[in-house]
Amino acid sequence: MKMAPRRAARPRAGGSTYDIAVIGAGVTGAAIARRLSAYKVSVVLLEKECDVSFGVSKANSGIIHGGFHYSAATTLKGRLEVLGNLMFDRLQKELHFPFRRCGILVAAFSVEEMKTVQELYSRGMENQIIGLELAGRDRILALEPKLNPDVVGGLYAPGGGVIEPYRFVFSLIENAQANGVELRTGFRVAEARREAGAGDRSASSRWALVSQQGEQIRARTVINAAGLYADEVSRLFGAEEFRIVPRKGEEFLLDRNARGLPEKVIFPVPDPRSKGILVIPTVEGTCMLGPTAFEQEDKEDLSTSRENFETIFAAARRLVPTLSERDIITSFAGLRPSVEGQDFLIAVSEKAPGLVQAAGIQSPGLTAAPAIADYVKDLVKKTGLALEEKADWNPSLPLVPRVRELSPFEADDLVRENPAYGEIVCRCESISEAEIVAAIRRGHTTMDGIKFYTRAQMGRCQGGFCTYKILKILQRETGMSLDQVTKRGGASRLLHGEVGRDPVAPGGGRTKLEAEA
Amino acid sequence: MTERRYDTVVLGGGSAGLAAALEVAERGYSVAVLEREHELGGILNQCIHNGFGLHRFEEDLTGPEYAERFIERVESHPGIELFLDTTALEAGVDGTPVVYGYSRRHGILQIRSKAVVLAMGCRERNRGNIGIPGTRPAGVYTAGLAQRLINIDGIVPGRRAVVVGSGDIGLIMARRLSWVGTEVLGVVEIQPYPSGLTRNIVQCLNDFAIPLHLSHVVAEIYGKDRVEGVRVAPVQDGRPDEARSFRLDCDTILLSVGLIPDNEISKKMGVELNPETGGAIVDAGRMSSVPGVFACGNVLHVHDLVDWVTEEAETCGASVASYLEGTYSQVQRQVVPGANVKYVVPNRYFPEAENRLYLRSLVVKNQAELVVTLNGEQVKRRRLAHVQPSEMVSLTLGPDDLPPAAGAQEPRLEVSIR
Amino acid sequence: MSEREMVCISCPLGCRLTVRWDPGAGSDPQSPDDRALQVEGNKCAKGELYAREEVLAPRRVVTATVRIRGGRTVRLPVKTTAALPKQEIPGLLDRIYRWELEPPIVLGQKLIEDIAGTGVDLVATRSVRGEA
Repeated sequence: MKMAPRRAARPRAGGSTYDIAVIGAGVTGAAIARRLSAYKVSVVLLEKECDVSFGVSKANSGIIHGGFHYSAATTLKGRLEVLGNLMFDRLQKELHFPFRRCGILVAAFSVEEMKTVQELYSRGMENQIIGLELAGRDRILALEPKLNPDVVGGLYAPGGGVIEPYRFVFSLIENAQANGVELRTGFRVAEARREAGAGDRSASSRWALVSQQGEQIRARTVINAAGLYADEVSRLFGAEEFRIVPRKGEEFLLDRNARGLPEKVIFPVPDPRSKGILVIPTVEGTCMLGPTAFEQEDKEDLSTSRENFETIFAAARRLVPTLSERDIITSFAGLRPSVEGQDFLIAVSEKAPGLVQAAGIQSPGLTAAPAIADYVKDLVKKTGLALEEKADWNPSLPLVPRVRELSPFEADDLVRENPAYGEIVCRCESISEAEIVAAIRRGHTTMDGIKFYTRAQMGRCQGGFCTYKILKILQRETGMSLDQVTKRGGASRLLHGEVGRDPVAPGGGRTKLEAEA
Repeated sequence: MTERRYDTVVLGGGSAGLAAALEVAERGYSVAVLEREHELGGILNQCIHNGFGLHRFEEDLTGPEYAERFIERVESHPGIELFLDTTALEAGVDGTPVVYGYSRRHGILQIRSKAVVLAMGCRERNRGNIGIPGTRPAGVYTAGLAQRLINIDGIVPGRRAVVVGSGDIGLIMARRLSWVGTEVLGVVEIQPYPSGLTRNIVQCLNDFAIPLHLSHVVAEIYGKDRVEGVRVAPVQDGRPDEARSFRLDCDTILLSVGLIPDNEISKKMGVELNPETGGAIVDAGRMSSVPGVFACGNVLHVHDLVDWVTEEAETCGASVASYLEGTYSQVQRQVVPGANVKYVVPNRYFPEAENRLYLRSLVVKNQAELVVTLNGEQVKRRRLAHVQPSEMVSLTLGPDDLPPAAGAQEPRLEVSIR
Repeated sequence: MSEREMVCISCPLGCRLTVRWDPGAGSDPQSPDDRALQVEGNKCAKGELYAREEVLAPRRVVTATVRIRGGRTVRLPVKTTAALPKQEIPGLLDRIYRWELEPPIVLGQKLIEDIAGTGVDLVATRSVRGEA
């Protein structure tokens, strides 16, 4: 199977040895890799799935939080959330992911709830959040007319916003790659062996990481950003023992044409367990409701349930009564990597030399990601690795034009340069063939990978009219046969085979006598 | 920007668009047809089974054969310009209608016209719309997508399938899957009666010994990477009865759970939609709330027979021509759905001409009656041997059927089923 | 005597039919006067004929696609010109699925004449132009 062209690995003396290996290409690993790409160190980013952002980051709600839920003085996550939030304007200019500072509201429906809102406000003020406002009923309804008129008041954080999370992760990684970071997908670390130089902490000591497939790389410093599996990775290194407990969150997505969608992100008053079920107008104009928060054992169980549908809708309608089930286009679930203590676990390992932990990154992980990256960069220095700045680090990505963002006149110029921009593949989201090809050439060769990069299949027909077109483009660009196409790698094959491959039984259908091959 | 002008732009080159385009062009007006696929024919191209044209041509044709009857006339008509591989993404009314078509070959086309015919058809209701809980593995398809993959691309989606929905599309696909060697384990239908034609129950299910589970729903989908099975539950008081549910092991799920008229472009033109049909609200000539913008076919309301789509599109095309001519009659009266009728399209009729109305029943009944009343007085009656929601009923109404309008009040024509 | 229930599909009325017949009697599907087969429940003669055919010699129109080489169209839709005896269907499909045709093909073109001696042909239901 011909693979899409990827950035060639630079040949290295003595095999694949890097200064730093980052394990996990979700938002945490991606942000760290990009940050480190600014220094004269060789970095490899290892991802067990066939594409990046396929783990925890796949189901992110995309909220840039307002900095009032956690104390910056007493929690690491609070501190990094506040710092991270402020970095998004610049990041957006550099990396071009969709981002809007629409503002966040916390709505209170009783005097009791207002007391909690006061606490959030105080915390926010202690965290030095700019523009935070305690709002009365009239003010909060003026800010968001779609709110339930029973609201008595709430908190307004104009600094809160929404982004498209996968575009953010992809752009971080593309920029990291452009600056020399190597990405290895399909690399699940199965073994970590310490290869000591003279003494355990000598400059020539390093880790040998062996993948499940038997491939091997070496690195002096390793960063554990392995999301749901950070505890298992830590164990491979003989490092700190902790347990990641998956916390499932289910969400529903509403059509952008739905009536009565709010403009600002709306939170209920939080309880000690979670921030509650939110109404989130996405940066693309659709609306997400959720997430729930339930702990479970299985790190791979992403199933949704009927009961949660009712819970979510009831909670969402309490905030915005005009929401309707008729507008649902899809639902999905994600898993958060919760850890005991519920704070970020970011520290240099005291047990495994050269290992930096970046684990337990739940909410506000996305918001904090750029600040986590800075923090980890400083920790890396503590492992004895010198970080010298590159003079030629380029933080910006070239802009990939997207037909949906252009007027017909702008699109016309584009099509004349590249006719594939005129060939519309996904008519629901206005995605052109050129964009599908761009995704494939960047290594997104699964239906989900293409979906997250381009938005094709995310619209109202959910792939009904574009799937067969995308299949053809994938075939042409990668040479894969149609029965090799997967939804998200591994066994998630889309198709069975050519018509006529299986015999037709006398009554039709496959002969019952055949055993399952 | 490639700028063009025509008397009429037809959005969609399927059965409705083709018939409407011909009707307008044959009266001497210039027509452009925009079609997003590489060839004309629309959904007919993938409907390779027979049963089309029994009314229109009195022949039993397959979809491609039916389409060809119109395609050859359209392709050879000098007054019709075809834009294939062209998708209309933007539209509006700026004095006159403007449509922007995106194509590889022409770049962006800015097309101005005096009239527009909306003939974009519909899309399928999918898993997200009906919210089946469970995991999100590969192998969940809408029936139309599976039909396209099998019949046009020659690919079989899976080896063991469960079909959700007993409408004709689901039934036809149960047979098609069986004929390509896929085992169909069952058809799951939420209503207590099948919604497809009995002919299809016999020839698509009984012939293959495929069980039909009436009053059942799929309560959950299993499978990590690829579908592994479904849990099917009987419906009790409108909810799945989990205690009596059972599992079917399969690797493919085909959803045939309804069609939705695809009116995104219509909305961009400011056309008002009817929530009962999902399509535009149209007057007796099938003109929408926006002057010069007409609608016909599945985008107006979901049809069962392509013969009637053609008929409706021809009526629409004739109306477009009279609009262009300046002879479009404004003398129209209202018609409303009465008892047991879900909707009537169109919502107005010409009292001085022959009208063809289409309606859907809310009930299943044998030996029913279609009753038309004018201000409460019965004016027309017709026996319906069998009526059900999934079988559209057509009604002809002409000046001979109607007494002269008496009194000052606006006459109210009501169509009911009893 | 065998017995079977079915719904007549000759018209929208859908009469529920009960058919009793002697499988060993070799009844002629076309002849309605044969005493070895009885049909009940039909409101007209069409029902009787339908039931006889379904029980003694069921037939179906078959539609399918055939691989066609080179060019944008990769499957040619085909149909039988009349209903084919059911038992011939799997054999026909197997045969069709093994083929690879070459354009040009014209709508209506006969691809198989007289399938298995039944007098039924297989024809193309669309045209496919030869690609230069």
